[in-house]
Amino acid sequence: MTASDKASRPNYNPLTKPAPELWRDPDATPFVVFDGITKKFDDFTAVDNISLNIYKRELFCLLGGSGSGKSTLLRMLAGFEQPTSGRILIDGVDMAGIPPWNRPVNMMFQSYALFPHLTVENNVGFGLRREGMAEADVKRRVKDILDMVQMGHLARRKPHQLSGGQRQRVALARSLVKRPKLLLLDEPLGALDKKLREETQFELMNIQDELGVTFIVVTHDQEEAMTLATRIGVMNNGEVVQVGEPHDIYEYPGSRYVAQFIGSVNLLEGQVIVDEADEVKIQSADAGCILHVNHGISCAPNQTVHVALRPEKIQISHHAPEQTENCMQGVIEDIAYMGSLSVFRVRLNSGKEIRVTQPNFARDMGARFTWEDRVYLHWDIDSSVVLTV
Amino acid sequence: MQRRSYFLNISATLGFIFLYIPIISLIIYSFNKSKLVTVWGGWSWQWYVELFKNDQIMDAAMLSIKIAFISACLAVVLGTMAGFALTRMGRFRGKMLLSGWISAPLVMPEVITGLSLLLLFVAMESMFGWPAGRGTLTIIIAHTTFCMAYVAVIVQSRLSDMDESLEEAAMDLGAKPSTLFFLVTLPLIAPAIISGWLLSFTLSLDDLVIASFVAGPGDSTLPMVIFSKVRLGITPEINALATLMIAVVAVGVVVAMLQLRRTEKSRVEE
Amino acid sequence: MSKLPGYALVGRILARRNLTFNRFAAFNPGRKAVISIPFFWLAVFFFIPFLVVFKISFSESDIAIPPYTSLFTWDADEAYATLTLYLGNYAYLIEDSFYLDAYLSSIKIAAISTIITLIVGFPMAYLIARSQGSKRLILLSLVILPFWTSFLLRVYAWMALLKKNGVVNDMLMALGMIDEPVRMLQTDFAVYIGIVYTYLPFMILPLYAVLEKMDLTLIEAAEDLGCHPIQSFFLVTVPLAMPGIVAGCLLVFIPVVGEYVIPALLGGSDTLMIGRVLWDEFSLNRNWPMASAVAIVMLVVLVLPIMFLRNRVGNKESI
Repeated sequence: MTASDKASRPNYNPLTKPAPELWRDPDATPFVVFDGITKKFDDFTAVDNISLNIYKRELFCLLGGSGSGKSTLLRMLAGFEQPTSGRILIDGVDMAGIPPWNRPVNMMFQSYALFPHLTVENNVGFGLRREGMAEADVKRRVKDILDMVQMGHLARRKPHQLSGGQRQRVALARSLVKRPKLLLLDEPLGALDKKLREETQFELMNIQDELGVTFIVVTHDQEEAMTLATRIGVMNNGEVVQVGEPHDIYEYPGSRYVAQFIGSVNLLEGQVIVDEADEVKIQSADAGCILHVNHGISCAPNQTVHVALRPEKIQISHHAPEQTENCMQGVIEDIAYMGSLSVFRVRLNSGKEIRVTQPNFARDMGARFTWEDRVYLHWDIDSSVVLTV
Repeated sequence: MQRRSYFLNISATLGFIFLYIPIISLIIYSFNKSKLVTVWGGWSWQWYVELFKNDQIMDAAMLSIKIAFISACLAVVLGTMAGFALTRMGRFRGKMLLSGWISAPLVMPEVITGLSLLLLFVAMESMFGWPAGRGTLTIIIAHTTFCMAYVAVIVQSRLSDMDESLEEAAMDLGAKPSTLFFLVTLPLIAPAIISGWLLSFTLSLDDLVIASFVAGPGDSTLPMVIFSKVRLGITPEINALATLMIAVVAVGVVVAMLQLRRTEKSRVEE
Repeated sequence: MSKLPGYALVGRILARRNLTFNRFAAFNPGRKAVISIPFFWLAVFFFIPFLVVFKISFSESDIAIPPYTSLFTWDADEAYATLTLYLGNYAYLIEDSFYLDAYLSSIKIAAISTIITLIVGFPMAYLIARSQGSKRLILLSLVILPFWTSFLLRVYAWMALLKKNGVVNDMLMALGMIDEPVRMLQTDFAVYIGIVYTYLPFMILPLYAVLEKMDLTLIEAAEDLGCHPIQSFFLVTVPLAMPGIVAGCLLVFIPVVGEYVIPALLGGSDTLMIGRVLWDEFSLNRNWPMASAVAIVMLVVLVLPIMFLRNRVGNKESI
């Protein structure tokens, strides 16, 4: 979206500041609180004792594979499931016993759930009419929001006459028109093709900026989460495994699960030989060298740990670098040319396979490295993370 | 593929012909001037005229239509409730029983349901004084009972197919359960309810065995009259009646299919 | 085509698992009414009647209104009640071979007609399932149309066709295949035709529902691996269509066992079917208790297939 696009949209207020990062403020009161939430279906535990705080104006992403419990958590927030134990608070109010139609929450469904027997206008106006709003006001609000999502000219159509992207915008409009305090989105971009997905991602973020609504998005797509979110909560098997800003989650994963779930990563196994407050050295048979990391860890003596090293942090060269730590030797087994970057698969002397990516910042990158080349891999001491779980 | 189609087409076509031979013969002979089946006396409307002059048949037809209409309406209400109870109301005590009682009438031999209902009415009459004697009311009760099973099954099927997130979306937007039902669910299951009504109407109109058991001494429904007449032999007025009924149904089926094609076509035009 | 009459859909409903437990339960006060009203209606008008039949099967036939003796007698002076269970009806059922023959004959006729209906109906269902668009709608309408017209009248039509001087006989004579009219009415043969004819839609619809969903590429895979068309039919199509076949057969077999109208109109006096026996006991002999006993035994015979239908159709998703 260009600046002029943005300015020409209704309701655009150029003085709106970006959302303050409330979660960094220890005194801020959270807007949504999950307090010890557990949900069991007979013997199956879908959500296991989750406690989570979400702040106003966040775009919080619950990220996880299928069966991780993320959708169940969302549905409990919307009121379609009751927690087996625990409390949910929205804006300080306990939601126990409050049915979905009385909650200050609106949801955008994965399947969009547009009423097939109603026009676009009536779909969007449905929620407003339930509030008992005057007809004239309903029409005005519906028109405004449809213009905002650029669906104004299709107001009289029925859902089966719209394309997938159009339906998605109607669903979004319908969920926003009641100006809820909290908007829940269940895999909002799953049904769209790549190009549409990218456009919609930015539109979602802009709308959220403009309207100041708190978004909670459920997704299995880590790229989507990384693009959209102010913070991400990674879920696995009904538990929240790590919460943090996208940068933190990517650069400082707390566990091997998170490291492998987000982006790709090389894991090098080893034993701690030097354990200081601000640095750690690890003897690794995988790497065939000493791994030096510039942060301290807490673990038992002689515990086996893993060092997580992202492919883009590794430098690859034909000549041996000066450092002996954080330096590995190997042979290039495979090269994949991806246009903007090249991906190398290097087989180390120890037999371990390492993935390295390099941006193709010059046209002749392809000529510099080839299969079967003997290469050296090296990286800085602040490029990797030690994982104890 | 060719060989298979050939065999398939032949046997299927024979099957369809088999299905329609009696219907076609009924239609043709309703126009036959001669009373005898095999003698062709020329085209004539006379049997249609005789049909409308026959008070016994006409009275019975009116009674049957009245009973069928009331039974269909009651069956739709009760059957929809039952369908909802079995798909949208979660677990409750007696769900297995209700489910069994809904599926059994679909296959239960009519002589058994007829006898059992009659014995019930007799017992109720001697214990409570109601129903006082058998008649239209008892027939309506009997028809409603077995028709509601069909309606329940159709409604259940439609509800199962329906995207539950539509109901959730409505609740999310502020609709209480009663509003939800009338504004969202009902329009969406309307086709199921309509076909349930039509099916109930047809089954009630067509029922011979159960009505015979539970009818009163003075009532004759249309099937009862037809049955007593045809036992004795061929009556050409019956041919005329049959042709009329076939014509009405044919029109109905054609209309329904055209409607179905229209909605499917508009769906594709995206 | 889920708007079609319900027979074909029993299984789908029974198989569906509703994962959102009690979703409406917590918030919906109308829930109790929606569940209890049909529940009590069916309890009173469907279930209790069977109990009444059971009770009366232990009475004796009597010249009274109603025409049976009561089970309980209350002696006001002595203040005790006597329960009389007359087992004569059941004894008679067991002793007199007539009833046993009738039950067996009904089962035999029902089984044979079910198989014939299957053989006739399968190609038709297959053809419809393979057709596209308009053709398919037309063929389906052709199957549904007879279903919606009066079954009594259609059976009556067969009476006209199968008479001694009826159309079929005349045609056969005209073709020179027979010299004099063959007796077709009032025979078992006519009953079979009547049953197959009437119950054909009930077989076709479940079969169609299953065949429509079948993945055609499976047959292609079978042929690619060396199957001839006939082999692939029996090795691939039939097993995949089995849920529909089972449902269709049960939907025909169970009601046919107790069928009355078709044997009454098309069958001879020696066409023994238990439905007719029940009717005659009831209306001709005025022996209500005997009729009740016949009904109870019929129920017992059929209860297994009915439960099998519910189970079978409950386990398989497709139908």
